[in-house]
Amino acid sequence: MNNRVWVRIAVAAALVCLPVRAPGAVCDLPDYVTQVDGALSRVPLAVEKEHKLRVLVVGTGSSALGQEGAMSAYPARLEAALAAALPKVAIAVSTDIKMRRTAVEMAAIMGKIAANGKPDLVVWQTGTVDAIRGIDPDVFRDALEAGIRAARAAGADVILVNMQYSPRTETMIAVQAYADAMHSVAQQQDVPLFDRLAAMKHWSESGIFDLAAPNRSRVAEKVHDCLGRALAELIVQSGKLDRTPSKDRP
Amino acid sequence: MPAPVASERDLRLDLFRGLALWLIFLDHIPSNVVSWVTIRNYGFSDATEIFVFISGYTAAFVYGRAMQDRGFLIAAIRILRRAWQVYVAHMFLFIIFMAEIAYVGATLRNPLYAEEMNILEFLQQPDVTLLQALLLKFKPVNMDVLPLYIILLIGFPPALWLVRRAPQLALAGSLTLYLLTWALNWNLPAYPTGHWYFNPFAWQLLFVFGAWCATGGAERLWPVMRSKWLLAVAAAYLLFAFLVSLTWYLPVFARFMPRWLSELIYPIDKTNLDVLRFMHFLALAFLVVRVLPRDWPGLNSPLLWPAIVCGQQSLAVFCLGVFLAFTSHFILVEVSDRIPMQILVSAAGIVIMVGVASVLQWYKVVDGRRAGPKPPKKPGAGLAGGEA
Repeated sequence: MNNRVWVRIAVAAALVCLPVRAPGAVCDLPDYVTQVDGALSRVPLAVEKEHKLRVLVVGTGSSALGQEGAMSAYPARLEAALAAALPKVAIAVSTDIKMRRTAVEMAAIMGKIAANGKPDLVVWQTGTVDAIRGIDPDVFRDALEAGIRAARAAGADVILVNMQYSPRTETMIAVQAYADAMHSVAQQQDVPLFDRLAAMKHWSESGIFDLAAPNRSRVAEKVHDCLGRALAELIVQSGKLDRTPSKDRP
Repeated sequence: MPAPVASERDLRLDLFRGLALWLIFLDHIPSNVVSWVTIRNYGFSDATEIFVFISGYTAAFVYGRAMQDRGFLIAAIRILRRAWQVYVAHMFLFIIFMAEIAYVGATLRNPLYAEEMNILEFLQQPDVTLLQALLLKFKPVNMDVLPLYIILLIGFPPALWLVRRAPQLALAGSLTLYLLTWALNWNLPAYPTGHWYFNPFAWQLLFVFGAWCATGGAERLWPVMRSKWLLAVAAAYLLFAFLVSLTWYLPVFARFMPRWLSELIYPIDKTNLDVLRFMHFLALAFLVVRVLPRDWPGLNSPLLWPAIVCGQQSLAVFCLGVFLAFTSHFILVEVSDRIPMQILVSAAGIVIMVGVASVLQWYKVVDGRRAGPKPPKKPGAGLAGGEA
């Protein structure tokens, strides 16, 4: 045998010996994103007693992927990931998404849409529009509290989702004050916060996704798939839900 | 009796203002690994406090001499002319910023960022937005320091007059304004909603305190500052702030933060110059003054010269720093955002700042406005080394 064949064998052997990455491994997040405080009380009841879980995603443009992207946006991916993690539970994820809504605008309708849809859990994505418009952070904070109260009054748990990490507009949209407000309201109200900003920053900085590029190789869809999985993980973890072992897990 | 004005410029001021300008530049580049060296990560206060304090100190030093030699009116006009220069510089940066936003908004081509593409939303009403920008009510990200400086300068002529006549009264007045601001929520309105990010009614305290130190206050404080106890208290406070700051970045430590303590100290309000920030700055400044004497020979060493020369040309270097931070971010996003590139743009930015500052300083010297300890030929004509 010549050298080239040996090289091929060595490469093949190396590939076989590499640790097998689970399907979701690219989405893996550090502990500081996944370790989240905050309690869910309605979700475990619905899952364990009623074997169903209705989730309502309330948000703005970053909860959708344009007009035709609904199937690959994170709410749909969340539904798929929850169904995989909780196969015996009837999962239904619905959305109330409109572009350019501030937290104040969403808080004003929160009670009504939560009463209409009767969700067990409201996933509330907000922050970006407020940051773009430069809404007073105190006004933003009050709106968060009002929205959480309204959703809870309608019988739903709440998870907050903060803004996206957007490297190209980082010097132009001052998100930090709004991210801080969301952290502190989440802590005070004992609401889990999905730190989408930190998650996407981690994927960007570790080179997993190039977020500054145009949407080559469908990065946007892959990011939303990971966001949906991470959010499902957060729901299972915060609700202390009994995960039915699925086939693809060792 | 007007308080005596120190005759020789304190190079420590230029050194630390230069360093503060570098840190502000580094902090303004988002996602930059080099910004881990900046002081905001190791305590409550950041480079802004240093910049505002030293600006107040040098303004009192330079315009105080003018007020002594030429009278209130000439000094006041000189201060207001400076405020106008800062205003024009701010508007120039605003135009550069608009150009960058317009470019990025037009080239964001990713369904992921459908929302962020609305960043140009405010340009849909250019009549309102541009007018609000001229009124300093509309201020883009990271462009809040110069408007603060403008307001502080506009209010400075009477403040300087009082600081020179009755320094204790001036400081008490400044403190009263600060406390009233906290009690009554005073601030200037911003556009479209909200308030100024740096509340001038609160931040004036640092500026006036700087001016007070420059007009004899530092000497009056000296007996107190020699106390070993005070040194221990300052060091303990800095250590406390450092430990708290660890919990912000290292989640491992976050669990050691007692809930009652976080409820007590958070939020640490930058807008209104939180008293924790002010005390942190005082402790830092105190430590520096104790460790570095005014006649420390190192101040003349070529190693520190790059920071000193930047501190002496502070307005130009500050504006350049804001511009370079935009440019660095642009390069990081459009070319490469890897760590070597982050280090490269950070270092290149500082080199450019030093280069421009040294050309300006050199020009100032050959143009006849001699820098250094020599007294100016015409009364009040020289700026005693640097600028206000």
